[in-house]
Amino acid sequence: MLTRAEIDDILKLIDGSDFTELKLEMGDLKLELRKGPAQSAPFVPKAQDQAPGPHPPAAAVAVPAPVVASGGGSEIPAPLLGTFWHAPRPGADPFVKPGDSVTADTVIGIIEVMKLMNSVSAGMAGTVLEISAPNGELVEHGQCLIRIQPH
Amino acid sequence: MAPIRRIFIANRGEIAVRIIRTARALGIETVLGVSKADRDSLGAKLATRAVCLGPGPSRDSYLRVDTVVQAALGTGCDAVHPGYGFLSENRDLALACEKAGIVFIGPSPANLEAAGDKLTARGHALDAGVPLVPGGNAASLAEAAEVAARIGYPLLIKAVAGGGGKGMKRVDSADALATQLDMAMSEAAAAFGDDRVYLERFITSGRHVEVQILSDGKTVLHAGERDCSVQRRYQKLVEEAPAPGLSPALRAGLYEAATTYARHIGFRSLGTVEFMVDVERAAFYFLEMNARIQVEHPVTEAITGLDLIAWQIAIAEGRPLDLRQDDIALTGHAIECRLNAEDIAHDFRPSPGRVTLAWFPALPGLRVDSHMESGAMIPPHYDSMIAKLIAHGPNRTAAIATMQQALVVLRLEGIATNTALHGAIMADPAFAAGGVDTNYLAGLLPRLAGDGP
Repeated sequence: MLTRAEIDDILKLIDGSDFTELKLEMGDLKLELRKGPAQSAPFVPKAQDQAPGPHPPAAAVAVPAPVVASGGGSEIPAPLLGTFWHAPRPGADPFVKPGDSVTADTVIGIIEVMKLMNSVSAGMAGTVLEISAPNGELVEHGQCLIRIQPH
Repeated sequence: MAPIRRIFIANRGEIAVRIIRTARALGIETVLGVSKADRDSLGAKLATRAVCLGPGPSRDSYLRVDTVVQAALGTGCDAVHPGYGFLSENRDLALACEKAGIVFIGPSPANLEAAGDKLTARGHALDAGVPLVPGGNAASLAEAAEVAARIGYPLLIKAVAGGGGKGMKRVDSADALATQLDMAMSEAAAAFGDDRVYLERFITSGRHVEVQILSDGKTVLHAGERDCSVQRRYQKLVEEAPAPGLSPALRAGLYEAATTYARHIGFRSLGTVEFMVDVERAAFYFLEMNARIQVEHPVTEAITGLDLIAWQIAIAEGRPLDLRQDDIALTGHAIECRLNAEDIAHDFRPSPGRVTLAWFPALPGLRVDSHMESGAMIPPHYDSMIAKLIAHGPNRTAAIATMQQALVVLRLEGIATNTALHGAIMADPAFAAGGVDTNYLAGLLPRLAGDGP
């Protein structure tokens, strides 16, 4: 298992190095990182980059999801308790579906807490393996929302 | 109103377990909202279901009104029980429940407003003709000096929004007033987001006696009184029922004042009216009303045989109280000791950590309300109370004897606790004589330290 902070540390090391690619395999864990040629901004946004400023109440507030790595893809846990919505409104296309490619900033769903919509971003780049939490149901803090196979 | 079928418990620790006990007896399902630090707690295991509200610190989990209501709705609960502390007297939670169509197992938002703000509460007491400690509010040093001149020293500065000793300062003379007022106001602002304070005459020799109220909004009953005079820095440590050595007239006066006050504010639920009793003058003064179940409710349950949580649920369901005052008989004497995870040898500093062994004896006449079990983790984020021992006997001497035995026999290891202090209190002749005042413990502690090796 790797924590988000440990992944950040690894990313910093890669950023400061001459390597463009890292493949790491430890037991069940498989981590692959690639540095894009034009990419100078940090790969994964830090929490404070997305900390909500003064938003209108109805606006979606970006909440970065902490990343939990595990065998067979990484779990993206709910950053807060609320009702999980797959799509921006009833009947609309879901934000993501299995097979989709996502970046750290890709919105994967919305968690509603008392009419306040909090958008949840993937927090890492990869391919969506599975939408784990059902649409319109309560997710608790830390519950797995989707699984992502990291790129 | 329909019977409650599933309760969301917005609390933790022993009171969550206590509420689950009654809910199970009534065939009601429970959902416990836990913080990440309490995921493996006894309550989480005993509830029909547990959901994680957020991270360990209370402000991110137990104190979030919107998250609690969302969790209650999302888990199909038709009622919320707030326990004590946390959001138990929070008007916003009561209002949010009302809006969401969920029963709040507690008083109405209007009741909470009438009882919650201490200045409003004093106003109601005045209107109801209930005696008050002489005092007044003070928004500035000039106003404070004016009130102080009227009521005299020593006096207490208290937070209007307060409780639990926060924002409370004793002032012995005029030259200390300015500093203590500043400190009380900044403490009150930090603890409650409200820096309003008021001044009260400090009753030097007083006992803290409170009356348990049950009301369905029409019938207002009392379930006797509790004496909570054994306190350390305004935190109750030992409680008992009935209060030792009160004259029948004084006791009747307390009951009358408490029920009058509850009736005056149209109170509907379980509540407690607190008084300071000046035994020498046979006088008493209204302090405040707590509009929730209290930590020390088991001593009342022991001497009345009532299940107060069950009555609280019944009242919330809208059922009329099918009880009369004569139906509530007081039998024997009960004492409660609050066991805290704190190190009494090091200024009572909290002692969180892993409990390696927890075992409480099943003695006749002993009740234990606790969320402790061997292997339990005491997180650093919350109150240090980990168990309540309640001894009930035909008389006070018998109750003390049962408590002494329980304190000797129980095992609570891996952490520091105040068990030895309770043993010393139970063995102290002054406590055994009965009727100690709120200065008692402050006087006992140095005596105990002097006796040490």
